[in-house]
Amino acid sequence: MGTAARQRNPLPGFGLGLGITVTYLSLLLILPLGACLLRASSLTPSAFWAAVWTERAQAAYRLTFGTSAIAAAVNVLLGLLVAWVLVRYRFPGRAVLDALVDLPFALPTAVAGLVYSGLLVPSGWYGQWLSPLGVPGAYTRFAIVVVLVFVGFPFVVRTVQPVLETLERDMEEAAELLGASRWQTFARVVLPSLFSSLITGFSLAFARGLGEYGSVVFVSGNMPFKTEIAPVLIVSRLEEFAYAEATAIALVLVAGSVLALAAVNWLERRSQRYAG
Amino acid sequence: MPRLSPFIVLGLVAVTGLVLSGCGGASPAAADRPQIELLNVSYDPTRELWKDLNATFRPIYERESGSRLQIKQSHGASGSQARAVIDGLDADVVTLALWSDTDALRKKGLIKEGWEDRLPHRSLAYTSTIVFVVRKGNPKQVRDWPDLVKPGVLVITPNPKTSGNGKLAFLAAWGSVVLNGGDEAAAREYITKLFRNVPVLDTGARGATTSFAQRGLGDVHLTWENEAHLEVAESKGGLEIVYPSLSIRAEPHIAVVDSVVDRKGTRSAAEAYLKFLYTNEGQEIIAKHHYRPIEQSVLEKHQDQFPNLRLFPITDIVSNWDEAQGKFFAEGGVFDLIYKPQANGSSRD
Repeated sequence: MGTAARQRNPLPGFGLGLGITVTYLSLLLILPLGACLLRASSLTPSAFWAAVWTERAQAAYRLTFGTSAIAAAVNVLLGLLVAWVLVRYRFPGRAVLDALVDLPFALPTAVAGLVYSGLLVPSGWYGQWLSPLGVPGAYTRFAIVVVLVFVGFPFVVRTVQPVLETLERDMEEAAELLGASRWQTFARVVLPSLFSSLITGFSLAFARGLGEYGSVVFVSGNMPFKTEIAPVLIVSRLEEFAYAEATAIALVLVAGSVLALAAVNWLERRSQRYAG
Repeated sequence: MPRLSPFIVLGLVAVTGLVLSGCGGASPAAADRPQIELLNVSYDPTRELWKDLNATFRPIYERESGSRLQIKQSHGASGSQARAVIDGLDADVVTLALWSDTDALRKKGLIKEGWEDRLPHRSLAYTSTIVFVVRKGNPKQVRDWPDLVKPGVLVITPNPKTSGNGKLAFLAAWGSVVLNGGDEAAAREYITKLFRNVPVLDTGARGATTSFAQRGLGDVHLTWENEAHLEVAESKGGLEIVYPSLSIRAEPHIAVVDSVVDRKGTRSAAEAYLKFLYTNEGQEIIAKHHYRPIEQSVLEKHQDQFPNLRLFPITDIVSNWDEAQGKFFAEGGVFDLIYKPQANGSSRD
């Protein structure tokens, strides 16, 4: 994306820049992660396994990874739509809508959780319509997906939007002139160019969902084996002053997200080769 | 166990600092008199109590000692507050919800052995208990513990794994069986039925209050006596308190954190601060906020405010908090078994 215009680096001092970058990343990411590993390494392998692989923990991982994936997938569809509308159409209030997209970044997630649980309980604004339809509202997996869709929403929009803006309309016109139907134009011309940004958006939203705690605890109900997410398990273990065990569960989450991100990266590179 | 990396401690201190700076208004430093600063690390629902106590204690201390005093408060879930202190939060005094949280500091060497005997009444300035809050008119007729397991009664109580309120409610429920002639099997059965009636496990006391009072979820809320009064007052007639026939005697101990006051040189101020709680003035403020004063004379004076119910100490059902933690709330304990699906697989894991 836009690499041609950058022959000369306007920032002076490559060495200094790299040095600061590495120090910064070490302080911010690598050291805390190292501390995490060190903590967990005070456990014997069997104790580690016992801490991270109980039936209850497995249920929590399935829930955390499952709901995050569903929420990220929903966000890919909705995010693409919203980005499309924001880029391709001009209408009054567009700027306001565009700014609103970032709201989930700014709003403390605990507030979001409280608001959504208030809306989704049977007496709430959404709940009163949902519960007669038999759709369970608050304190269910559905509610978890809803808040994760909320917190992950901006990622897809903000990764797709800039790519969509640089997409030449000529391509679509050319496709149409060559006899492509509107659906073909979308599926064969537009979508492939957006694919890698959609994947990036998906992975960001997915990773965000894995670590989300503040909003989920308020809407999930935290019932073991049903709606208890892995981060809640971590908090329960900390409450027993079982630092090492809590860290071990955290490591499983980290490992899971690293794997997921790696898989997405691989997919993205493949898609770029295909698109290029 | 190795201590936390200094970076995590730094981060924690920075975050707490931010939180605190939000609460304590910056007063311009009057240069000449020495300035003493105390940090009181407490649990969640005591905000109003300590604000009141601090405002009364400060002028008294300043008059007597000639130094300027600033008291900062920090509130949160009792267990995480204890962890913050262990990880380096400079608390001069801790006023936590559960004995085990205070004792965790002793285990880490921050508080000296025998801390319980250093202040009057085993380092208790007040006690409290767990009571029921029900909807107006008590439509489900909830009067006592056995009513909680009736079909169709929804009970709101926070997660015993993460909340002091949750632990105390659990133990009170357990005691209601074993202290009324039931055996352990009966207690397990009761507690399992009880938690089948709990639709939501909020992680903290305030979350549970929100579920019950704002969301309108559930028929009965098991909560701290002082929280119950706040909740009922705020509901403007929508809720009422029900006192069960017996409940647990909650003992939020108070303690000076030796390692911190010795380093900061704030021991005398910290000790004077905690001793103030036992004065008539301190006890009256405690009673005003619906905590049960430890001094018999003050408690009797407010007897109408604190209905007499049988309050049992935790030692009536287990030998101490450590045993309670291991038996009921630790991984694989009684509480975990309630939720084990069908319990067919062995717990090989």
